[in-house]
Amino acid sequence: MERIPILRMGEFLLVTIQVDMHDRLALTLQDDLTAAISKNSSRGVLIDISSLEIVDSFIGRTLGNISAMARVLDAATVVVGMRPAVAITLVELGMALSGVRTALNVEKGMQLLQECLPPKLQEDDDSSD
Amino acid sequence: MITSRSRLPEFLQKYGSDLHNEWVREQLSIISRHGVIRENELRDETRRFLALLQETLQKASVEEFSTGAWDNMRQLLSEISRSRGLQGFSPTETALFVLSLKRPLCERLKKEFSNDAQALYNETWVATELLEKLALHTSEAHLKAREEVISRQQQDLLELSTPVVKLWEGILVLPMIGTLDSARTQVVMESLLQRIVETGSDVAIIDITGVPTVDTLVAQHLLKTVTAARLMGADCIISGIRPQIAQTIVHLGVELGDVTTKSNISDAFALALRQRGLTVCKQKSTSAPKP
Repeated sequence: MERIPILRMGEFLLVTIQVDMHDRLALTLQDDLTAAISKNSSRGVLIDISSLEIVDSFIGRTLGNISAMARVLDAATVVVGMRPAVAITLVELGMALSGVRTALNVEKGMQLLQECLPPKLQEDDDSSD
Repeated sequence: MITSRSRLPEFLQKYGSDLHNEWVREQLSIISRHGVIRENELRDETRRFLALLQETLQKASVEEFSTGAWDNMRQLLSEISRSRGLQGFSPTETALFVLSLKRPLCERLKKEFSNDAQALYNETWVATELLEKLALHTSEAHLKAREEVISRQQQDLLELSTPVVKLWEGILVLPMIGTLDSARTQVVMESLLQRIVETGSDVAIIDITGVPTVDTLVAQHLLKTVTAARLMGADCIISGIRPQIAQTIVHLGVELGDVTTKSNISDAFALALRQRGLTVCKQKSTSAPKP
């Protein structure tokens, strides 16, 4: 069965969706991702959907759900690289994905995740302010 | 119902030139005050019209108006009414071109068939029906010509009015001008999102100084655009909100949510610069001599 790979990069997880999502694939991703967050105790998830050309309300909702679930597991989610057509479709479907953080590309998404990282987690080398 | 053969073609042939003169006189009395159309032109048009009408009537009956036999006639009429439309004639005046033929024609028919009531009725009926069909066609062609002009202008407006300007590295401005409807918003939204991708901008300023009124529909369109840009990872600032518009928005109960709004574009630009961590500072005086 085909799966979407989840890559670990330090404290973050990187998911690149390169194929057209169908419902089962989205649900599998949801399962895999929550499991991976909990296993690696990740602090952030970056989902790159720049290759995704078609979305429906189910995929949109799943993206929102994944983000909400990640938040419950104490990980920030950033969705990056949404295409204009996809954005328009989601808006027309009435899905604003209000809980999801977004960025233009992977680079900016990573930056956003770094900013989301609580500072107390960094090794306190000289935090004697 | 009307019998198969009408005597109208022969009648037209017989009295063609008389009818022509009377018709032109009739028309001139109606439209002369406009002075837009010259008598020669009118004479020429009416002559062509009558000749073609007679020719067509010999081949086909009035009932076959929508068939191919009447194609030339319809084409001539369309041509005439299109040129009238471009000259700024009203639909009524354009339709009068055909309808003004009615009086001369009916009077001629009355004289011709004064001792045959049945024939007079038949021929009048055919003539009336014919003129009505021609007049309807004229009106339709006139409207169509006008509509073409309108839709072309709309298209022009659509293309002219949605420039997306790059103001700074990573900052786009979309100055909106004119009323926003669904079709325009779609174009605006698409071009804004496209430019966001192309330039990799993360702040977009939507300036609505040129939008005359904001009602719930326009506000909804704006919010859609903002949401779509946010989904792609760009922040939107709405600027150029005039006092009246602010009042309308509040009175209508439109919820702008967490969209940043600024009263003018320079405030919005300053905010955008700040969001990107940029500051503007005055250059140190260059006139001072350097050591």
